[in-house]
Amino acid sequence: MNNLIVLPMVLPLLTGVFIVFFKSYIQVQRWGTFILLLVNVGISVIILRQIQIDGIISIDFGGWAAPFGILFVADSFAALLVLTTNIVSAICVLYAMPTIGKRRETFYFYPFVNFLVAGVNGSFLTGDIFNLFVTFEVMLLASYALITLGGTRLQLKESLKYIAINVVSSSLFLIAIAYLYGTLGTLNMAHLSMRIAESGQTPLLTVISLLFLIVFSLKSGLLLYQWLPGSYSTPPTAIAALFGALLTKVGIYALFRTFTLLFYHEQQITHTLIAIMAGVTLIGGCIGAIAYNNIRQIVAYNVVIAVGFILVGLAIMNTTAIEGAIYYLVHDMIVKALLFLLAGTMIYLTKSEKLDEMSGLIRNYPSLGWMFFITVLSLTGIPPLSGFIGKVLLGQGAIVAESYILLLLSFMSGFVVLYSLLRIFMSCFWGETIISEEEETPLSKKVIFPSAILVVLTFALGFGAESIAPYVQDAAYTLTNPSVYINAILPD
Amino acid sequence: MEFIICILAGILFATGVYNILQKQLLRIAIGTGLISHAAHLFILTMGKLKRGQPPIILEGITEYTDPLPHALILTSIVISFGVTSVVLVLAYRTVNENNTDNMEQLRGNEYE
Repeated sequence: MNNLIVLPMVLPLLTGVFIVFFKSYIQVQRWGTFILLLVNVGISVIILRQIQIDGIISIDFGGWAAPFGILFVADSFAALLVLTTNIVSAICVLYAMPTIGKRRETFYFYPFVNFLVAGVNGSFLTGDIFNLFVTFEVMLLASYALITLGGTRLQLKESLKYIAINVVSSSLFLIAIAYLYGTLGTLNMAHLSMRIAESGQTPLLTVISLLFLIVFSLKSGLLLYQWLPGSYSTPPTAIAALFGALLTKVGIYALFRTFTLLFYHEQQITHTLIAIMAGVTLIGGCIGAIAYNNIRQIVAYNVVIAVGFILVGLAIMNTTAIEGAIYYLVHDMIVKALLFLLAGTMIYLTKSEKLDEMSGLIRNYPSLGWMFFITVLSLTGIPPLSGFIGKVLLGQGAIVAESYILLLLSFMSGFVVLYSLLRIFMSCFWGETIISEEEETPLSKKVIFPSAILVVLTFALGFGAESIAPYVQDAAYTLTNPSVYINAILPD
Repeated sequence: MEFIICILAGILFATGVYNILQKQLLRIAIGTGLISHAAHLFILTMGKLKRGQPPIILEGITEYTDPLPHALILTSIVISFGVTSVVLVLAYRTVNENNTDNMEQLRGNEYE
């Protein structure tokens, strides 16, 4: 039964390899990928329910017992993220089908999406730090291919910066792993956590933890987000939506894992630093979101704001705040994908990215307009929608921990998100209608349908917060009590 | 011995960082190569350079070097090969498309 948890990584890999052979049979590639992702959604739901019954599930590959072999571990946190990843990427694939263009589809778009999903799922599920590096690279190489796919001038320019920054951060990751191996002599996360607890996190280990902080901040865009707006605004919409929903979230997951499971002993150093970085990220993201006149840039800076917001939960480090951060993480993956898809649809319809070149779209495309409005409300955290519960819990946690500056910053950022997105809504959807009814590009149902599913999901997540509450609570409990994780992996 | 290799890795790192901060695309590619060399040497050193036989099981030998760092390096060498070839091809394409290999001139000025 615990063989089930390798499937979210193995199935996309196999499908990716399989559909490489069907280069000119686009329908096989399309529906193969889509059906695979639906199967993965089913599997992750089963895993999630199984964890509720049995506790943390793990599998040792090749039958080697825990500290010696490599292993996959699924706790509620990982399983929730795997579930969300597969849902979001299925919807992005559905959006890609009518929009991505035949040329990109024939040049292995779907295999790369499969490998990207495999890398992301693997990163969530692995229980070994070097294996985390490898799955990161699987994800990153697929993302290099996707960001350059098509080879337009702008894409080539921006992707070089993206690749250069990721090569450097991967090297730093390797060095951090080397230090960790040199001091502790193991790579298994549970075993590492035990040995760090035994040594009481010496100053040397704190330095290594800061190196990990730098590495994962580069990946997730915490303070070191300068590469992010450029590279997320150049690829085609479906790819940008995948990136915005998944890639930074893997970095956030790695930060949560390392700083709750491994390095949680010197909180006045590490977690204070995370708090400062999260605060500055919020401020910087807000400035960027207000400053630009380009829809893609505004949306990309909204990703940065969300990263800062979620990491505030880690900085506060009590169960309520972490619970809030997990709710917000799941919500943000869904709604960021929705936001990217809607912004991309607007650009596709008007052939422009500038705010002041669009006006009065609500008359031409009412469904698009109201969906965008719902997205704005959801991202701001208006009660019936999904962003609300995460924000409330995070605020509660901040008040309990008496970190009022973080509370203020994270809630003020909500206003900026509201302002920056309402600015898009008001100047693009309201006002005089520029496009006459004869000239308007028809908005086909195929293009708008994926966004509609995501809108339904954000409502479902908002109204049905109660139904995922047990999973989120379990995830937060496991994160705040590392002994649960260790006992599940190393039964002594 | 570890001390000397650490200094060597440090030098590789410094030159790698210097090259990455240059404007020419090829120098950036060379810089990433140097940095990954430094990282691999570093993993080897952190596994301790104790004198011992190569990790192949033979009769009559009791002292082996630590095999784990070797496996890690092998994995990461292959990965960095893959990434380096992607970077080189991409640099080639970028130079062809944009007619420049100067990073300063590759700034996106499309957003205002």
